[in-house]
Amino acid sequence: MWNAIQAIRRRLTTQVGRKAVIGIPYGWLLIFFLVPFLIVLKISFSNVVLAMPPVEPILTWGRDQVLQIRVNLSNYTFVFGDRLYVAAFVNSLRVAAVSTLLALLIGYPMAYGIARAQGAWRNILFLLVSLPFFTSFLLRVYAWIGLLGRGGPVNAILMHLGLIQEPIQLLQTDFAVYLGMVYSYLPFMVLPLYSAIEKLDLTLLEAAADLGCRPSKAFFAVTLPLTREGILAGCLLVFIPAVGEYVIPALLGGPDTLMIGRVVWDEFFANRDWPVASALAIVLLLILSVFVLLLQKVQAGEEEPS
Amino acid sequence: MRTGQSRFVRFMLVAGFAFLYLPIISMIIYSFNASRLVTVWDAAHSPTLAWYVELFSNDEILEAAQLSFRVAAISATGAVMLATLAAFALVRYRRFRARALFGLLVTAPMVLPEVITGLSLLLLFVALTQWIGWPAGRGATTITIAHVTFCLAYAVVVIQARLATVDRSLEEAAMDLGARPWKVFWVITLPLILPAIASAWMLSFILSWDDIVITSFVSGPGSTTLPQLVFSKVRLGVSPDINALATLLVGVVSVCVAIAGTVMMRTERRRARDAQIAMGAH
Repeated sequence: MWNAIQAIRRRLTTQVGRKAVIGIPYGWLLIFFLVPFLIVLKISFSNVVLAMPPVEPILTWGRDQVLQIRVNLSNYTFVFGDRLYVAAFVNSLRVAAVSTLLALLIGYPMAYGIARAQGAWRNILFLLVSLPFFTSFLLRVYAWIGLLGRGGPVNAILMHLGLIQEPIQLLQTDFAVYLGMVYSYLPFMVLPLYSAIEKLDLTLLEAAADLGCRPSKAFFAVTLPLTREGILAGCLLVFIPAVGEYVIPALLGGPDTLMIGRVVWDEFFANRDWPVASALAIVLLLILSVFVLLLQKVQAGEEEPS
Repeated sequence: MRTGQSRFVRFMLVAGFAFLYLPIISMIIYSFNASRLVTVWDAAHSPTLAWYVELFSNDEILEAAQLSFRVAAISATGAVMLATLAAFALVRYRRFRARALFGLLVTAPMVLPEVITGLSLLLLFVALTQWIGWPAGRGATTITIAHVTFCLAYAVVVIQARLATVDRSLEEAAMDLGARPWKVFWVITLPLILPAIASAWMLSFILSWDDIVITSFVSGPGSTTLPQLVFSKVRLGVSPDINALATLLVGVVSVCVAIAGTVMMRTERRRARDAQIAMGAH
């Protein structure tokens, strides 16, 4: 009897505990992550007014207690009708795609080298790749302002090598943006690649070599296909944040470097046009959600025991 | 089969790490440069600590650093507490209502552009002020809430990975011996996942300490964090005292990461040895 009561009590506390464990973080995320998106969605359908907040409510109580909903799509037609916004989206996707490809070309050999390094070296190199995660993103981007400036070291080296006669404009160009992107997001590429290459079964490569396969061919026939998921994860981890990047184009890009993160920022802070900024954010979100879902699928696949 | 690295891979390793670290090293070197023109090395008067002295006599910077530190410490603590619960929910309760949505909500802040997260949180705070009169204004509180939300995602990933490797038979044994779930958590599970909680806290602290975009959306007049101050300064070009600040931050972070790395490696080694001894005893 006593045992039964104990069991019921324990079951009850477990139930309550379970509810709290799930409910508290869930509640937080609903309030501070999901609801905000619904508000952005709502505001993207409303008009600008001169007030604080500078938007017209879309839900109003009309006469006779009738709830009126005024949804207007004008912000969206405005966004898609304006060449500037469309160009900003296209340009962001292009910059992100090229940066991702460059990061992959640099990151794959690096990850390979780290995964195949001997003993303590592997730990040290791994730590060195993850260290930039812990140092300020803003300051690492800032470092390039000094390096790329007209009197900076990069120009000095190029002149010393006789490649250029006088300092050239490197800062505030698209080149600087690509450089900043690859530099900042390279660790995001290397880490998933590293874990994919590290897991690789070396006996497969030995078998290929025994069967007379040249190392370069073995790489393309065995290593590359088997690390496909790491490549995909790394590319998505670079591409997704790069599309919406604000700091790098703002600090390293020129005034004509159009990127959507910067456009949203300017619409919001400079033009105080909250509805258009919201509409831009929603469109950006829809574009990125395809890639986010893909990333989730890749990562879910990794978790499953193979 | 060759065990060594090919020349190409070795070259890419050296070049890649040079690419990652030369900018940081150049910032450190220039922080000791006497010239105000950052790119000109004033050999006659360098190295100098002048910029460090200026940094520590700049009240604006000190005040911003203090605010950033406070926000980062509180945000990291909040994020880690919520993340521990979330990691438990995801690892231990394989099935509950809307688990897929929960998983998405947990990881989404990590990959979404900061402009979107920042904009949406600001609009929430504006709406909340309208509906319930809270928060009364934007400042440290709203920044902290925003930081908890996006740090949570990173903290969950770190803690979840660790929790998944915890041997459940230890917890079950404690339960069989009559320990309550809460006690099992404190005595068995928490010590086992403590290294992950510590690194999640550190990662959250640094993410919060460093954030600029989300902070700019949700902060108000009178609450300027260090990154905001740095950003407004470097937009106008290079400024030597920022080099000094960067050097200090990189130094502190490197020391912390080195300590954490050594401690983790040592515990890992001890655990492996203990496991070996335990296996041998059977």
